[in-house]
Amino acid sequence: MSPGWIAVIGASVLAFALKYIGSSIPQSWLAHSRIQRINTLVPIALLSALVAVQTLTDKTKFVLDQRAAGVAVAIAALIAKAPFPVVVVGAAITSALICNFK
Amino acid sequence: MKRDSFTVAFTVGAYGIAFGAAAIANHFTVAQACVLSLLLFSGASQFAVVGVMGAGGSAVSAIATSTLLGTRNALYGLRLAPILNHRGMKRILGAQITIDESTGVALAQSTDEEMRKGFWFTGIGVFIFWNIFTVLGALGAKAIGDPSAWGLDAAVPAAFLGLLWPRLKARETWAVAGAAIILSLSLTPFVPAGVPIISCALISIIVGWRK
Repeated sequence: MSPGWIAVIGASVLAFALKYIGSSIPQSWLAHSRIQRINTLVPIALLSALVAVQTLTDKTKFVLDQRAAGVAVAIAALIAKAPFPVVVVGAAITSALICNFK
Repeated sequence: MKRDSFTVAFTVGAYGIAFGAAAIANHFTVAQACVLSLLLFSGASQFAVVGVMGAGGSAVSAIATSTLLGTRNALYGLRLAPILNHRGMKRILGAQITIDESTGVALAQSTDEEMRKGFWFTGIGVFIFWNIFTVLGALGAKAIGDPSAWGLDAAVPAAFLGLLWPRLKARETWAVAGAAIILSLSLTPFVPAGVPIISCALISIIVGWRK
């Protein structure tokens, strides 16, 4: 199996396991406020890291290129409360314009 | 409430276009994009799988990042379990559609009956639209050739940012976001791709534990 398929199947199986376990374990297990707080913060930390790494690095190097401009436009769109598709398409068009016409 | 469910299902489902296109841009196949939307069915985790591997990360780091992002679904399931009270096949189907949106609409209702309806309508609705739009996005991206050659590569970080933005409220959340950006960028030159991202889970554990 290719690494791509291993990731697809492995991530899918574990994602379902988490969803199913949640509906099956006793309520008291995860009711602790620490667990609730960590649970809120985990996606924030991971998504922030994903934004940073996908915008400013290539393999193991820092790169400042059209992606940073695209993400800057995305930030402006989010501040202006634009809907998600506008944010993504705006970023993509910005980076495409800079990439093709610089 | 049905109209709420439909609106949420359609607008969220439409993000599937961005996912389908991002999968192709990161060298996944149309089939792989569709399997992720059908089986994994959790937006942030799906973007993480294609994003981490597209950036040169291993399958293991892609799976780990996706799974850490999926832990919140377990807590949604825990929160909803006494209201939904599912058994057997219904629990399996219900588990698959336990995501941000179905939980959000369910918890916004006032009676148990409405919560159950909100959960099922929204979950099934998002599932249907998300999968339809994933196919459209993947086929569309395939049709224009290699999307990264067009310089469309800001789409993936912008999608992550769009998923992150509504979660940034209290000062603590901004601090965690800032720390994660600094830690992931500082680790990037020294460790394999994907590891800087997973490492940031530690920040949330430390901050969540201490307070």
